[in-house]
Amino acid sequence: MSTVFRSYDSSSGQRSDRCAGDRQRHREKVHEAIRQNIADIISEESIIGKDRDRIIKVPIRGVKEYRFVYGDNAPGVGQGGPDTQPGQVIGKGEQGGDGQQAGDRPGVDYYETDVALDELIDMMFEDLELPYLERKHLRQMEVEQLYRRKGYRKKGIRIRLDKRRTAVSRVKRKKAVQRADAFALRPQRFPFHKDDLVYRHTVTQIRRESNAIVVCIMDTSGSMDTMKKYLARSFFFLLYRFVCTKYQNVEIVFVAHHTEATEVTEDEFFHKGEAGGTFISSGYRKALEIIEQRYHPSLWNVYVFHCSDGDNFESDNTAALQAAKELAAVSNLFGYGEIKPLGSGYYGSSMIQFFSQLAAENFQTVQIQRKEDIWPAFKGFLSRERARDDAA
Amino acid sequence: MPAGFTIQELESWNERIAALVEKFGLDPYPQEFEICDHEQMLAYMVYSGMPSHYPHWSYGKNFEKLKTLYDYGVSGLPYEMVINSNPSIAYLMRDNSLLLQVLTIAHVYGHNDFFKNNFTFKSTRAQYTIETFKAHANRIRHYIEDPSIGLEKVEAILDAAHALSLQCRRNLAIRKPSQEEDVERRLAESAPAPDPFHSIHRRQDYIAPDLNRVPLYPEEDLLLFIRDHNPLFSDWEKDILTIVHEEAQYFIPQIETKIMNEGWASFWHKRILDSLELPQGMQLEFVVRHNQVLSPARGSINPYHLGMKVWEDIEGRWDKPALDEKRDTGAKPKTGREKIFEVREVERDASFLRRYLTEELIRELNLFEYQSRGGDQVVARVADDDNWRAIKETLIKNVGTGTIPVIKIEDADFNKNRVLFLRHYHDGRDLQLEYAEKTLRYLHRLWSREVVLETEVNGKQSLLCFVDDKLTIKPVH
Repeated sequence: MSTVFRSYDSSSGQRSDRCAGDRQRHREKVHEAIRQNIADIISEESIIGKDRDRIIKVPIRGVKEYRFVYGDNAPGVGQGGPDTQPGQVIGKGEQGGDGQQAGDRPGVDYYETDVALDELIDMMFEDLELPYLERKHLRQMEVEQLYRRKGYRKKGIRIRLDKRRTAVSRVKRKKAVQRADAFALRPQRFPFHKDDLVYRHTVTQIRRESNAIVVCIMDTSGSMDTMKKYLARSFFFLLYRFVCTKYQNVEIVFVAHHTEATEVTEDEFFHKGEAGGTFISSGYRKALEIIEQRYHPSLWNVYVFHCSDGDNFESDNTAALQAAKELAAVSNLFGYGEIKPLGSGYYGSSMIQFFSQLAAENFQTVQIQRKEDIWPAFKGFLSRERARDDAA
Repeated sequence: MPAGFTIQELESWNERIAALVEKFGLDPYPQEFEICDHEQMLAYMVYSGMPSHYPHWSYGKNFEKLKTLYDYGVSGLPYEMVINSNPSIAYLMRDNSLLLQVLTIAHVYGHNDFFKNNFTFKSTRAQYTIETFKAHANRIRHYIEDPSIGLEKVEAILDAAHALSLQCRRNLAIRKPSQEEDVERRLAESAPAPDPFHSIHRRQDYIAPDLNRVPLYPEEDLLLFIRDHNPLFSDWEKDILTIVHEEAQYFIPQIETKIMNEGWASFWHKRILDSLELPQGMQLEFVVRHNQVLSPARGSINPYHLGMKVWEDIEGRWDKPALDEKRDTGAKPKTGREKIFEVREVERDASFLRRYLTEELIRELNLFEYQSRGGDQVVARVADDDNWRAIKETLIKNVGTGTIPVIKIEDADFNKNRVLFLRHYHDGRDLQLEYAEKTLRYLHRLWSREVVLETEVNGKQSLLCFVDDKLTIKPVH
């Protein structure tokens, strides 16, 4: 028997990274997996915040390697202490085998990967066929009109006559005449001629800006529980993100309503519970008021979305419909999302049917039951705007 | 070298260890040690210690996982990594202390001896290991670089092949019969049994066997069978299946002898280090490290601990047979040492535990059986008079290739429609259905026709049919 020792060779450093290619390929697979499960990921609460530069950890289901393995009813053997008794619980079922040895039980192969929020959003909207949307012009607003001087003209209106330049050109002409005809009789007068006149020229300049305001209206009545608010929040988040990709300047306003509406901060919006009944019209009126005062539709693209559980007081329905019509008239896109988690039962009326009377083409109702519904619902919601874009 | 040792020191320790190895009667291959840093160690772990290995994203995934665990300090790196080849190659991490290096060297000789002498490893052709893996890597890289093939296609085949690679023959010491032998056997079976009373009995009807059936006998080597029977495959696809199959076969013996092998190496490193007369500081560190590695894992099985316990038990029992054992079996002709050397040659985990894991040991180790109930792992049986046998049976089912379901190809022309029909030999454990579905999808990709797997789901015999990109489960009537 012979033995050889090979000492450490620091120059073989590149060998230590021999699996760089495989890691790269794995990362590509992971990104692919993220793209496919985007709907799952965006409904994870952890990413619903607004910090754009944040790096978020996305828990993704790893790219699994499948084999034939035994399922849950396969018993195992472990080593215990003298005190181990039948019936004792020793762990969770899905312990996630160590994966070292092939043929292991399936573990839930979760691990986290860092993705910048931006990157994730890009991926999300890739899924929405954003190139198609980007070909559309931004709906711009003429925010200012101003007149700027731009050169001089021979013709113009009296008020823009540039006296100094006119005088100068007369002097020039006079000198030229004298030089050409030195012996000519000097006239006593050398009056202004039509050619001497110089007018200032002005152009009208329009500064365009693309502003958008997202108005989030939410029913905070007693019947909206945490789960419903969470679903609503996911939807608002998506809408805000989407609007951000299209406009330079995006603001967001939160309106909470029960029987009365107030404008609140984001934190209050999502976390403060209220009690009481629901007058949807109150929320719409408040939104109209805010839009009228601060975000006039001639300057702002208005996106309004309202989340509720559809549990409105009967008496308010007509008023709500009227307010909704007005809102639809001032906004680019107006949506009503009804959140009815599965199993909540149809104890309340559905506003969706009622709102079907509203014939505005930029109005859309969606129904959300589970968090998996959010992404499809959002896509459906946007399809309304696309239609309007095409018409425009 | 930044670490607290020099190559010269290692060599002088190695000389003393090698002398003890010889004295104890171990018989290893020539040994090579390579000093590496932790990144290299991670890479070796990912590629099963091979200096050269074909690329696949799953290795990248594994690397990321190990590195994350290592960086966060969840798990350390193994002290040793040794591969079954001739000469055997082992890696020593340079950041480890001198004692760890000495411990590792001694431990590695144990593995090396086991690789060389245990019967399951006879099929692995240790002298060609490195070259074989290198050749495999070159071939696969060649296919990836071939513009008419490319990474995507190679990866698709590799993904599918990896999913099925362990569905192969488990006992490689048994020769696989050739096609002709199978035909002969089939003919011999169908011949009527010799009847001593043939003069008074009616002659039995001869039923001619169906020799056109493919396969004649249920086939365990899934990849090889598909390679040979899918007419649509081109040569490179067949070659990739061969490569994946060969690599899986190379690792089967290591899967089959995990407990014996680790136990054997631990058994010997203990004895070698005890005879080395270590200086006090090193001796203390040794005790600490040894106990870390050999501590029983509560709630699961530590193969180092279990293996070593059984080896020590065998040696002790053969050296000092208990009185009743002596009376029952007669004086044992072998000493403990002779016995363990014999056992390390002729057993694998399943048989090793079946023969040598005694009731006393099961009780001493407090082994228990657990079952999953409503999402929890619940202790079902503890080692008492009624249950120790059942626990032992369960343990044996869960070692080596016992954790891989037995699935064989029964018919390649099921319903005369080139449907691949497989049977899961159900032993009380159901398949995990999500995994089964995804694996059948891979199988379907390779077979390029419908595949059907017969198995038992919740006590009902069922057919899992994978066709048109989806799985349907039909009961068997």
